[in-house]
Amino acid sequence: MATRPSRIRPHLAWLGLLPFLAFALLFLILPTIKIVIGAFQAQGGGFTLQNFVELNTASNRSAYWTSIKLSFVTAALGCLVGFGMAAAVSFGGLPRFLRSPLLTFSGVASNFAGVPLAFAFIATLGPVGLITVWLRTEFGINLRAMGFNLLSYWGLVITYLFFQIPLMILIITPALDGLKREWREAAEVLGATGAQYWRMVALPILFPAILGTFALLFANAFGAVATAFALTGPQLNIVPIKLFAQIRGDVLGNPNLGYALAFGMILITAAANILYIWLRVRSERWLK
Amino acid sequence: MIRTLAWIVFILGGLYFLLPLVGMAEFSLRMRRGEYSLDAYRVVFADPNFWATFGYSLKLAVATIVFGVFLVMPTAYWVRLKLPQARPVVEFITLLPLVIPAIVIVFGYIRLYNTSSFLPLTGSAVGTDILLTMGYATLALPYMYRAVDTGLRTIDVATLTEAAQSLGAGWVTILGRVILPNVMAAVLSGAFLTLAIVMGEFTMAALLNRPAFGPFMQLMGANRAYEPPALAVIAFALTWGCMGLMQLATRFAKHERAKG
Repeated sequence: MATRPSRIRPHLAWLGLLPFLAFALLFLILPTIKIVIGAFQAQGGGFTLQNFVELNTASNRSAYWTSIKLSFVTAALGCLVGFGMAAAVSFGGLPRFLRSPLLTFSGVASNFAGVPLAFAFIATLGPVGLITVWLRTEFGINLRAMGFNLLSYWGLVITYLFFQIPLMILIITPALDGLKREWREAAEVLGATGAQYWRMVALPILFPAILGTFALLFANAFGAVATAFALTGPQLNIVPIKLFAQIRGDVLGNPNLGYALAFGMILITAAANILYIWLRVRSERWLK
Repeated sequence: MIRTLAWIVFILGGLYFLLPLVGMAEFSLRMRRGEYSLDAYRVVFADPNFWATFGYSLKLAVATIVFGVFLVMPTAYWVRLKLPQARPVVEFITLLPLVIPAIVIVFGYIRLYNTSSFLPLTGSAVGTDILLTMGYATLALPYMYRAVDTGLRTIDVATLTEAAQSLGAGWVTILGRVILPNVMAAVLSGAFLTLAIVMGEFTMAALLNRPAFGPFMQLMGANRAYEPPALAVIAFALTWGCMGLMQLATRFAKHERAKG
């Protein structure tokens, strides 16, 4: 579509964006700025770094570390398994009719997060869940005695994967479709084996898309509250749960510490997403 | 060899996704001792709080969708027509809700719009409902904007606008009767995704203390055994329904384009 000279003078045309910008300012940007400023404010007002000093306790450090580990592990496993499943239907020689249901299901599962997802896993892997009981009665395997507990770090990992894997499938399938047949043929003509084609052609092209999705999945898990809260209640020590408890009842004993806690979350998800946006721009150059 | 491997990956992945669904469905039927029954569903449907919170969330979802369409469509249209140079800024803003966690946004709301602020929205129930609707609109913004913008890409916005203008149409007529019908499928697909997001949302509603469906489910989960999986089945069916309608809308759009 050719751009044509606007009849309205350019600075007046910006007025058309006013409602949108006002909305973004009031309900997205100002609330965030409030958090950022609050993180550097003493209780009486005035600039301070004291909040971050007070935030630096063993319990808070452990919360950040668990959250980062949880997000990293679920993002990595989500990418790996999601890639495997997307590749299986794209080039694994599976029947074509499996592809569309997989994508539809991924759309549903990636949105089936939060409270009901926790219920589904409690009903399956909880103390009296379907699999737990089945393993115990049929095979005499006692998951609990083996140290497995759904309401723990690894329980959360297994549960989070239910929305992480589908998100990867949804994002990576179009990228896999973007791999041109000519590239494979060209590689084969030059004598490349299948493995060489993947290692030296396909994966380098896909790499930014995969790493970018990884960053998105990381931020996705890092900010998730509802699933963890419904699964374990307020006791699990991860940052979003801690912030949730702090907002509800000031458990840290200083309202400004909440700002600092939230500011740390923004920093970490922002870093993950800046990586994502940058890598996406790079990967789209190849997948046109 | 590759095909066997592909089958193994697919079947293991499929089991991982199916078992929790089977688990929740089976558990939800176990309320009566010794036999399967729909008792848990009967209890859930007889609970007035279920209907109250479900209705509340549905109302908020509709409000969010209406507000979202009124906000996003004119903006995306205007950017395409008059302000292509503003596109990076607008797109960046629409992506921000993916960067800033919902819990941080709602924390900002609580501190910014408390009773002693310039806009004391949390002071009254109606005000908090408005604030929650705005919060949902923020969460849905990345999906809504992308859906509508993709819809606009498939039509010739400039020509349609000029044609409408030379027939004497004003901006409201152009947007409502020329542009909107052309991107209806895209708007609907964004709307159904918004519905799915709002119906299950927990964090914002819980922290703003509103009686929405998400906090209701969480409360049930903390106190009951068989009702939560029944609620999970209902929520899953709801999500599936929304996604199905969304796909239908997208397919409808492709069909229309193929004809035209």
